[in-house]
Amino acid sequence: MKQEGHVAGGGRRVRLSERGVERVLTAVALSAIGVLALITVFIFIGGIPAIARTGFWPFVSGHKWAPGRDVFGIFPMIMGSLWVTVGALAIGVPLSLACAIFLSEVAPPRTARVIKPAIELLAGIPSVIYGFMGLVILVPLIRNRFGGPGFSVLASSVVLGIMILPTVISISYDALKAVPDAYRDGSLALGATRWQTISMVLLPAARSGILAAVILGMGRAIGETMAVIMVAGNATKVPGSLLDPVRTLTSNIALEMGYAAGMHRAALFGTGVILFVIIMLLSVLASYTTSARGKAR
Amino acid sequence: MATRQPIEPQPKVEVKGLNLYYGQHQALKDVGLAFYANQVTAIIGPSGCGKSTLLRCLNRMNDGIAGIRIEGKIALDGSDIYGRRQDLIQLRKAVGMVFQRPNVFPLSIFDNVAYGPRVHGLKNHARLAEIVERSLASVGLWGEARDRLNAPALGLSLGNRQLLCLARLVAVEPEVILLDEPASALDPISTLRIEELMRELQKEYTIIIVTHNMQQAARASDRTAFMLAGELVEYGETRQIFTNPRDSRTERYVTGKL
Ligand SMILES: Nc1ncnc2c1ncn2[C@@H]1O[C@H](COP(=O)(O)OP(=O)(O)O)[C@@H](O)[C@H]1O
Ligand SMILES: [Mg+2]
Repeated sequence: MKQEGHVAGGGRRVRLSERGVERVLTAVALSAIGVLALITVFIFIGGIPAIARTGFWPFVSGHKWAPGRDVFGIFPMIMGSLWVTVGALAIGVPLSLACAIFLSEVAPPRTARVIKPAIELLAGIPSVIYGFMGLVILVPLIRNRFGGPGFSVLASSVVLGIMILPTVISISYDALKAVPDAYRDGSLALGATRWQTISMVLLPAARSGILAAVILGMGRAIGETMAVIMVAGNATKVPGSLLDPVRTLTSNIALEMGYAAGMHRAALFGTGVILFVIIMLLSVLASYTTSARGKAR
Repeated sequence: MATRQPIEPQPKVEVKGLNLYYGQHQALKDVGLAFYANQVTAIIGPSGCGKSTLLRCLNRMNDGIAGIRIEGKIALDGSDIYGRRQDLIQLRKAVGMVFQRPNVFPLSIFDNVAYGPRVHGLKNHARLAEIVERSLASVGLWGEARDRLNAPALGLSLGNRQLLCLARLVAVEPEVILLDEPASALDPISTLRIEELMRELQKEYTIIIVTHNMQQAARASDRTAFMLAGELVEYGETRQIFTNPRDSRTERYVTGKL
């Protein structure tokens, strides 16, 4: 009897403290969302005037960026971000996939257990280090080998391609590991080779996870600023070739925000708005593909 | 002309002195038996007695397991499948397997059935379509699947997925079909369908089925092997094993007392 009462009392106390924890967590979560909302509002309030003054279409399609004359066209930066992002994916995705396939399907499990954390560690290296390596090794190499200033789309793409490796490898590896062994057995038992099994069963089965990995890598490439500034040359011109210098949306903001005022400042915020919209679209795409994967299983 | 003696037919698959170790643990102990063409042979025994292990030896699906050791001899049509000159891909093409859980690939119905022929080099779409139709028909799935060949195979019911696995196997035209408790995840109707199908397929293939369902073994097989703790206790005609077992352990098992 007595014991029962004790247990009930303990239960009530647990429930009380549980509700407390719940409230604290809710408050923390809401404030985090609130901060994000504030940032969004802040960027839009800062940027809309410039976009409205210039006009949305002239703002995003204008080729001339001349803050001194209040001319704000960010088309070269949009193209710049596009070029280096596509370049980074072209370099980073095939390498990452090869690496993920090697770790998940070819390497002995013990090797994978060592190498995978090592690769994930690469994600922790500050981006300025990647930029620095690009600056002292890659830029001179491109200048001497291919001509041009060296500061270029190519240099940025290589640096970004390397920077997205940890993200894309790690997520595609997880996607491949999540493919049930029953598929591997089923394929091998039909007389398929290991490579046929990988290309015809495992990659299709892991497709949406790999797609999510690529989209996250893309987000990382678009958002990266420091490393790109150091190797891109940052000219406000649409690049005509891989060897031309290039300025990305993020670089545009980081390079000029320090001294910008008035409409110039607003135009940089406007650059942020466009960047924000692009990244939002990418995240929606990413969560759409990952939820499609959930449904397929 | 010499008169022909009524001799035992040449075995399709013959296992001799098979010992298998997972590290220290011996899972098969001196197992020896022969499987014959155009017969259904059932392997029965309690869970963990080594039925799947034995079955997986027959198409070398155990090869990749770390720490495994296999001794003894397994011959397919008289030639050693663990021999140095055996091509693993040819072996698995000749000796196919259906697993306990239906493992259709997350591809379309068509691509599932066409998978085997494709990996063995067939590209011609008309030929593939022909094989897909014939294979689905042979497992009685053509009527249901013909209008949705491009639909995802994972959308089929569990029973139909297992039939699809069988069709996928039939498409590579194996000689021996290994079935590892193919019906244990299925409803009674699908189970019966699989059993009928085995009788049908028996005309063309050598069928070896692992089951822990004794009614199934009694109904659907010609010969039965009873295993216990890695040993082959008794092997013979199914009727004899179930009505007149020689070993007391077999008798206790088939009467449900073990
Ligand atoms: N991959 C493996 N590694 C180690 N031991 C295994 C492995 N597979 C099966 N075993 C062991 O071998 C024995 C036989 O297993 P199995 O052939 O799956 O039995 P059954 O199919 O008759 O239930 C069991 O004791 C099981 O634990
Ligand atoms: Mg088993």
